[in-house]
Amino acid sequence: MRQRAWSKLFLYVICIFMSLFFLMPIYVMLVTSVKPLDEVTLADMWKLPSTFDWSSYQTAFAKLAPNFWNSVYLVVPATLLSAMLGALNGYVLSKWKFKGADTIFTLILFGMFIPYQSILIPLIQFLREIGLYNTIPGLIFVHVVYGIPITTLMFRNFYAAIPDEMIESAKIDGAGFLRIFRYIMLPLSITGFVVVAIWQFTNIWNEFLFAVTITTSSQQPIMVALQNLSGSQIVQWNVQMAGALLAALPTLLVYIFLGKYFVRGLLAGSVKG
Amino acid sequence: METVKTVPERNVTVVPEARKKRKWTVDHWLAAAFLTPSVVLVFIFVYGFIGWTGYVSLSNWNSLVPDLSFAGLKNYIYLFHDFRFQADLRNTLVFTVLFIGVVIVLGQLLAILLDQKLRGESIFRNIFFFPMALSFVVTGVVWQWLLNPSTGVNLFLKKFGLDSKWYTDTTILAGFHLGKIEFGVPVAIVAVVIAAVWQMTGFAVAMYLAGLRAIPEEVREAARMDGATELQIYRKIIIPLLRPITVSVIIIMAHISLKIFDLIYAMTGPGANFVTDVPGVYMFETTFRGNYYANGAAIAMIMLLSVAIFIVPYLISSRKGGS
Repeated sequence: MRQRAWSKLFLYVICIFMSLFFLMPIYVMLVTSVKPLDEVTLADMWKLPSTFDWSSYQTAFAKLAPNFWNSVYLVVPATLLSAMLGALNGYVLSKWKFKGADTIFTLILFGMFIPYQSILIPLIQFLREIGLYNTIPGLIFVHVVYGIPITTLMFRNFYAAIPDEMIESAKIDGAGFLRIFRYIMLPLSITGFVVVAIWQFTNIWNEFLFAVTITTSSQQPIMVALQNLSGSQIVQWNVQMAGALLAALPTLLVYIFLGKYFVRGLLAGSVKG
Repeated sequence: METVKTVPERNVTVVPEARKKRKWTVDHWLAAAFLTPSVVLVFIFVYGFIGWTGYVSLSNWNSLVPDLSFAGLKNYIYLFHDFRFQADLRNTLVFTVLFIGVVIVLGQLLAILLDQKLRGESIFRNIFFFPMALSFVVTGVVWQWLLNPSTGVNLFLKKFGLDSKWYTDTTILAGFHLGKIEFGVPVAIVAVVIAAVWQMTGFAVAMYLAGLRAIPEEVREAARMDGATELQIYRKIIIPLLRPITVSVIIIMAHISLKIFDLIYAMTGPGANFVTDVPGVYMFETTFRGNYYANGAAIAMIMLLSVAIFIVPYLISSRKGGS
């Protein structure tokens, strides 16, 4: 029994040590962001601030606010649209299977893994052609299109868990494709929508490659603006840390309040087809 | 863009349930109609665009003015002789191996720790997972500071007589010459690996935890009855049972690592002598900063190929294994 107690203690020590490692960046970020600039020095980096100075948040907010709103305008419609599209696709591919449906599904799925560099040049040409280059709607469109694989996968797996008998009996009662979706699948898939929405929200908010290549200056989402902030001449670390925190806040809040669904999305994103 | 095709007005003869032949009803047509836009979009924007990139990679389009005349393999040949690209390939290989290795070991270890019914388990779990909610750009910006040679972790390490230049270090460990580059482990890459591990380990922990929870308690009980110690149970039974999850983790981490761009772009950039450069960064800079579109397209195609080598067999096998 004694030995068990010791080994338990040992486990706690490892867990706490690892937790400190994982929390260290957050600590430094928080502490630095509330320091006045003259305290952001090498020697004091790990120390708590002597006084709270919120001016770095003011500076960061003034610089990042427009881009923050760009990200909001981008992420809300893109998330809703791609969740809707994914739900319909998942419904068809799980409950209305036809010959070759699995092949089509696998072909769709591949789109989830491609490096987006491999479609970027034609994508930009295309967006220029239709006049959506350097616009938020252009980015929304891109995220909806390249979100199809993952949202389809997630809804397909989710709907696979709904028993086929339910659909069959609804068919006997005379319900068709749309009625079954509207009155059976949709009410049952609230959780599915939450999981997919969180996943898409997080990914689109955090996305960088499309954002940096498709938009410039005033149209840029927050991640690009944050990157530019750190690329500027004079490195004001307190402002940068405040900016990083601002940019991270929405997804962190989602994680804090809806963590369960977040992790479920994480697992659903790891192909089980 | 999302134009939903209207259903072709066939003779709406409702097929009686009794006839269970695969006859397409109106509903089947509707289902197909709803799927069609997505399929068309994916075929154009994924496969069509990949094809177009491939075509660009074989062209002479290396300036602002599009020039799609055929250049053969010129761009590819150029790349494989290019110092920067050779360094990129080395870096990607080193990064991928280190990153996946650490994520798997750490992910498995932390998941097993969390599976010990410790008090405060959910707190620990939340702490290990939360970096997953962050953007690679945020991670890059924060770790850029933490691993800054004159600040950050170094101030801490100096107390122990350790001093590191982290991502500004140009040393290459255990190097030998291969092509134009020094082949070995660039010390600077280790700094990026630390940041990437910090961000992505939560994913592996989540997957391993799900796997551990799926192992029935009877399996452990039976082993205990046979007199196995807890350590033996893990070594001989649990960890081997987790192997399929390890495969999934490797696949997922590999495709992330092979196309990584934002973390490195935000944290270090190419680095001196390209010690932290990767194809993703090179492609971005050469295409959108230098206007060498054909070269950029060739880099992109090589990136795609490297990912496809992992993904295609995995997709095919998981399709056979699944449904």
